[in-house]
Amino acid sequence: MIEASKISYEGDEPIVNEFCITICTVNGSGSATANNILYRTLFHLGIPTSGKNIFPSNIKGLPTWFVIRASEKGHTGRQLHDDIVVAMNQATFEKDMEYLPKGGVVFYADHLKMPDTPREDLIYYPMPIKDLMKNAEVPRKLQAFMENMLFVGIVSQVLGIPLEALNSTIYSHFSSKPTVAESNFSMVKNGFVYAAENLVKKDRFFVKRLPPLTDYILTDGNNAGGLGSLFGGVQFCSWYPITPATSLVEAMIDQVDLLRIDPVTGKKTCVILQVEDELAAIGAAVGAGWGGLRSMTATSGPGISLMTENIGLAYFTETPVVVWNVQRVGPSTGLPTRTAQGDLSMHYYLGHGDTSHIILIPGTVTECFEFGWRSLDLAERFQTPIFVLSDLDLGMNQWITKKFVYPDQPIDRGRIIWEEELEEFKDWGRYKDIEGDGIPYRTVMGNQSPKAAYFTRGTGHNEYGRYSEDPENWSRMLLRIEKKLQVAVPLLPAPVFRRSKSEEVEIGIIGMGSTEDALRETQDILAEMGIPVDYMRIRALPTNPAVREFIASHSRNYVLELNRDGQLCEILKLEISEYSQKLISLSDIGGMPMTAKWAVESIINMERKEGKRGN
Amino acid sequence: METEARTVDLNLCGLALGDYKGAPSTLCPGCGHNAISAQVQNAVWELGLPPERYVKISGIGCSSKSPNYFLNRSFGFNGLHGRMPTLATGACFADASIHILGFSGDGDTASIGMGHFKHVIRRNVPMTYIIENNGCYGLTKGQFSATSDLGLVLKHQGVNMLPPLDMCMEALISGATFVARAYSGDAKQLKELIKAAISQRGIAIIDVISPCVTFNNKDDALQSYTWGRDNEAPLHDFKHFSNKEDLDAADFEPGTYREIKMQDGTYMVLKKIEKDYDPTDRSAALDLLTESYKNKYFATGLIYFSEATATIQELYDLPEEPLNRISSDRLRPTKNMLTEINRSLY
Repeated sequence: MIEASKISYEGDEPIVNEFCITICTVNGSGSATANNILYRTLFHLGIPTSGKNIFPSNIKGLPTWFVIRASEKGHTGRQLHDDIVVAMNQATFEKDMEYLPKGGVVFYADHLKMPDTPREDLIYYPMPIKDLMKNAEVPRKLQAFMENMLFVGIVSQVLGIPLEALNSTIYSHFSSKPTVAESNFSMVKNGFVYAAENLVKKDRFFVKRLPPLTDYILTDGNNAGGLGSLFGGVQFCSWYPITPATSLVEAMIDQVDLLRIDPVTGKKTCVILQVEDELAAIGAAVGAGWGGLRSMTATSGPGISLMTENIGLAYFTETPVVVWNVQRVGPSTGLPTRTAQGDLSMHYYLGHGDTSHIILIPGTVTECFEFGWRSLDLAERFQTPIFVLSDLDLGMNQWITKKFVYPDQPIDRGRIIWEEELEEFKDWGRYKDIEGDGIPYRTVMGNQSPKAAYFTRGTGHNEYGRYSEDPENWSRMLLRIEKKLQVAVPLLPAPVFRRSKSEEVEIGIIGMGSTEDALRETQDILAEMGIPVDYMRIRALPTNPAVREFIASHSRNYVLELNRDGQLCEILKLEISEYSQKLISLSDIGGMPMTAKWAVESIINMERKEGKRGN
Repeated sequence: METEARTVDLNLCGLALGDYKGAPSTLCPGCGHNAISAQVQNAVWELGLPPERYVKISGIGCSSKSPNYFLNRSFGFNGLHGRMPTLATGACFADASIHILGFSGDGDTASIGMGHFKHVIRRNVPMTYIIENNGCYGLTKGQFSATSDLGLVLKHQGVNMLPPLDMCMEALISGATFVARAYSGDAKQLKELIKAAISQRGIAIIDVISPCVTFNNKDDALQSYTWGRDNEAPLHDFKHFSNKEDLDAADFEPGTYREIKMQDGTYMVLKKIEKDYDPTDRSAALDLLTESYKNKYFATGLIYFSEATATIQELYDLPEEPLNRISSDRLRPTKNMLTEINRSLY
């Protein structure tokens, strides 16, 4: 744990729009709405904001934290220390305050018992939640929700969040239930008025309205991934509940009846089916993909372990299917409600025998939307499983992100051929490489041509799908599949670069996925310290040629990721082996989102070790 | 040409039995499964739809290899051990006009795939599910399966110490609305049961006792040819008719038979043999299976039938046109819908 009390805020000016609030509650106490109102209001005030839910694998009664980071600079990744703590949970009260630097702020429910020797370097604001509740007429079952609304009002008043901003957030949040909105707002107002009349501002943190963030939205990656899949024309999704992937499919369930009505018949064009286990989830998805439907499933690490045999079948029978893995911490059941990037290597070679796969790695919420539709195109174009690797942080936490962009190309069904098209082929075979790019033409069930059918099998087969144990045939088939994946590379999402403003840059930093915000902040902090670095975020495997160029053009490339063994670094070392000496792995484990502080310190430590550059 | 006598029978859609054939079987000569393959070919041909209207899906094992040996012109998918029902679950949404024939064995269904077997019934996936049950593992050379009889002795295994599962009982208590047991040595009955199974709305289960000539065919073994020949006790003389005209033409003696109209308009005819048995009585079916399990009474025929409620396919409000033929432009929501979503997330 960090020693937050040793951190000191610079200067003595007000600190405007740069702070981190952690709301400490008991899970199941109905704080989610209150948290939501607070960070959404900050977003409406034009301040880049993220909301991370640090929650236990439990439904009711254990500590849970909601961390809001507001940053005018746009640094919305996780921060190691808090600036403001909202204490509503006795069990963690004392410990929660340890994360505050000198001058940090504590809003606490005044029925909590203070530690025997409270820190004297903090600023305290008592919140008489119970007293205020007594004066309000609230139905018993809504008490907990309303207690939380009180802290929203108190904290907002002290930070300078205008009451009308809260009002507009609450009425839009409960847009379909105006009476609920009214009762919630009246509690927020009670808290606000109490603070205005009773609390004297002693801390340095202020909220100031900025121009509205009109190009941005606030949502989570699972919602984006689910919506992206629906916009990608997914027709079949079989699944089995697992944290943290469940909400991706639930987002689809929520929207499918609105979004996927056939304009011609008024009927539905997408089936979402919960099945008995992950074996069935992938089996049904492969069956649907084989049948000519755009098909997907979503799961997390343990689900992937169960799905592996079927992935191998889909790979070798060349059946399109999209598999989302919203990663959590493994091995085993691990930390089901915490985040990691530990499944990358497993996915790249998933399955027994000679397998390798295409992996898409979204790093922003809006990319989750984009890769949602793109993955379905790629699966059908290359007739193979496509993995989309998200993680709990990206999938379940709230991020400010660019508005979703409508797909800029029509749906690609790949090389499906029906009766008439089949007639044009003199000698069609399901696995025949007619175009020389490794990608065959495929027929699907329902095709009424007597020439269309073939027997799909996971055993050795020739160009016509017939059983074969012939060694030459086997190697020809495997090499063609490999070729297909290489042909795919230019069509996969290319890496994105954020170059330093300096001209001579020796250091590159490389990341993937949800560490995007932390690594941008890392780059900014290092630049302020006089250490210019270029940043590259990898968005797909197999690697794009631009990845090689980036690594080649820097003396040292730090690969920062959330797993023990530096899986991305290892893959890069293998694929770009001539520059393996230029790659240095920095790994962060523990289940929490990466912080810029950790990344900066790790890089500086390594630079010192290398004896080449210090600070 | 017109004067040339027709030497080949053609079915309703003008195809010969040969149009429904498959590759030559590579199973052991005399394998019970080959007899099943032949009757699937016959049944599908007699029903008169082209082979393109069917798909064959199977798991792993000798049984699951068999779909290669019939219906060449039907798409087939020889998938993973035990997972056949899951492939069928996904595939059934692709084109509702295509009938799924599922093939599995006792290893595939009663052991590794038991969970899927139960759930595919629970979902009422529209398909014919044939278990080619030989009471042993053939392709791995003679191990006990979950349907091997208690006390069965196999060459490298010793004595089976565990009681068998009854797949008809498992199907029945899982809610199947068409449950039959057949014997691959009784071709006539098997063919008629397959025709009826295909006509059922939703899932139809046929547990076919099918001898493994190589590993489990000793005279006293419950799945042997000898045992089957000597002990098979058909519950009734069973026939399936595609329409009323054919049924009337059969000219059964009034009062000697019972006809059951299926939901697709075809008919099953049950002629009493010895006892009265009512396959529409679920309690009677449970009693029959309990009795036959206890006393090794090899009852075959239609064990249970009832009209089925909606299939999983019908529970979704899908277009009549096959989902896999819907044009891409009908699958993508509009730009306005996305604008609305973006607005709602601000």
